[in-house]
Amino acid sequence: MSGRARPASLRKRFEDEANHEDTAMSNTAQTMFEKVWRQHEVIAETADTPAVLYIDLHLIHEVTSPQAFSVLRGRGLPVRSLDRTLATMDHSTPTRTEQIFGGAPISIESAAKQVRELEINCAQFGVELLGLRHNQRGIVHIIGPELGITQPGKTVVCGDSHTSTHGALGALAFGIGTTEVGHVLATQCLLQRKPRTFALNVSGRLRSGVTAKDLILAIIGKIGVGGGTGYVLEYRGDTIRGLDMDERMTICNMSIEAGARAGMIAPDETTYRYLAGRPRAPQGDAWERAVERWRQLPTEPGARFDKEVDIDASVLEPMITYGTNPGMVIPITSPIPTRPNDAVFSKSLAYMGLEPGAPIKDQPVNVVFVGSCTNGRISDLRSAANVLRGRKIAKGVQMLVIPGSQQVKREAEAEGLHQVFIDAGAEWRESGCSMCLGMNGDLVPKGQYSVSTSNRNFEGRQGIGARTLLASPLTAAASAIRGRVTDPRELMS
Amino acid sequence: MKAIQTITSRTVVLPSSNIDTDQIIPARFLTTTTREGLGRSLFADWRYDVQGTPKADFVLNRPEAQGCHILVAGNNFGCGSSREHAPWALLDYGLQAVISTEIADIFRSNSLKNGFLPVVVDQATSDWLLTNPGVEVTINVAETTLALPNGTRVKFPLEAFSRYCLLNGVDELGFLLDRRAQIETFERQRQI
Repeated sequence: MSGRARPASLRKRFEDEANHEDTAMSNTAQTMFEKVWRQHEVIAETADTPAVLYIDLHLIHEVTSPQAFSVLRGRGLPVRSLDRTLATMDHSTPTRTEQIFGGAPISIESAAKQVRELEINCAQFGVELLGLRHNQRGIVHIIGPELGITQPGKTVVCGDSHTSTHGALGALAFGIGTTEVGHVLATQCLLQRKPRTFALNVSGRLRSGVTAKDLILAIIGKIGVGGGTGYVLEYRGDTIRGLDMDERMTICNMSIEAGARAGMIAPDETTYRYLAGRPRAPQGDAWERAVERWRQLPTEPGARFDKEVDIDASVLEPMITYGTNPGMVIPITSPIPTRPNDAVFSKSLAYMGLEPGAPIKDQPVNVVFVGSCTNGRISDLRSAANVLRGRKIAKGVQMLVIPGSQQVKREAEAEGLHQVFIDAGAEWRESGCSMCLGMNGDLVPKGQYSVSTSNRNFEGRQGIGARTLLASPLTAAASAIRGRVTDPRELMS
Repeated sequence: MKAIQTITSRTVVLPSSNIDTDQIIPARFLTTTTREGLGRSLFADWRYDVQGTPKADFVLNRPEAQGCHILVAGNNFGCGSSREHAPWALLDYGLQAVISTEIADIFRSNSLKNGFLPVVVDQATSDWLLTNPGVEVTINVAETTLALPNGTRVKFPLEAFSRYCLLNGVDELGFLLDRRAQIETFERQRQI
């Protein structure tokens, strides 16, 4: 230190101090992600080993858990923390009421076996299961927040990539594979390298007819389907603060479609109002203490992100995809892009049966699907019902409305929304993933066009040869009425 | 997991970018409760026609693709769902590694846990491999290099712990179970 006064090292000294200041700043001003990460480090990462990260909530479903339970059985291990583990079934389950409650069999034999296997595994290991006929069953990412078990500051994992949904409450939530499901069942921990942070600063008021779904599709269009790889996203800014919880969940849900394992939104009064009184949220004094703790979570001023992108939400139009990944997205009023000499692009449009340069608007539609962990919550159903009320869907169009959970179903029925759908000519069924990925037999026929409120327009996602156009519930409902891709603003008063 | 030192093989090339896990193994094959036998469903909708007959023009069905263990694919391979059935299907089919300019996070993590190697290379190397299908290359895990036919060795990123696990056939669950004492201490000390 005494050597600092030497003129020769003066410049270096300033540099050192500047660097020191940088370090000090990044050490004190933390992002929300860093806080949650640090609070869950059982062992911090080193150059040679990843961090041992503690998991607060592990959600299980029938598709990605059987092989993990087999590993536990093979090694004679119990589930370590039954109080942090909750199972439900959603992917392979039928949506027809008679198959859930009426004793009719599940038509796909392997799906029936998978459902039975989850029942057996949960019974044998003592895991709580919200099973086929349970009144709190639903899509795993709908029921976590709905029950109040997803909470700010928690680490939440599930063997499903759309676990990013839970980040809307300020949780660090990400999808894992089946081997990792086994790790969490056995140890309540995961080995993880710390991801980088990416701020999406969203400002401006969304115009009428433009929804959270349109916003996240626009974001994916801007940063690309691999733009978030290696990052945890934090959605920030006045637009995000103005969204309700259902809308925030739609945003965080599709983080994975930009390649990011997790997306987070800082908890605020909107979050606390949503959680208060939910069955598994803290109650009484514990609630007050929890809120006090949660208020410490948001990213501090001056905290640095590894990457930042600004989005102006005020100029957005309703968005719709035209290709075979969610980044192939345009405003509904725009023509399909032209990319000569791009073989992958041409192959994608050939699969879709669409022409470069043609309008997407007025493209005939065969199937409309409203539901999924992206848009299967009560406010999504309300917004579809608002467009459909007093109208009929076009002849020849099949429309499926699938509530995200049995609770969403009950709420919708209490409000009479189901009658709006039925009167319009849509089918109203039990909750589940359904036509988002067609594992349960709810499929889009080959070559047909589906306007879907789900999250993936991959080849064959909704059925072999199915052509998926991702859009908001408003756009889906409007397109069902006209039987063509329709800008919902044309049908809104 | 089996220890892996090197993989030497001719390449098979799927030039598409953003090959998602629904293409690698479509959702309708995920109702299985085991991890065996998924290789026959690998790339099912690209590989077979509606009758289930192999499509002669699909790259994996061509005679020259038989016996290849290394897949070369376009950017952002393995995006989409977290299904570990994707690396299980690739391995069961006989593939052992994928080379791309970018590999999706969850797929990468799942692959490493099963001994399927995700190899990320620069654009120029990728472009060369994409346009020269069938060349013989060697992936060396200890060196974290990909050796091309002209002798060039291209470094690829591989996190130290994953490298150690691959080279020694270490299973991460054993590593975590050995840290039970720290996990218990953590649980006792935290507030929530």
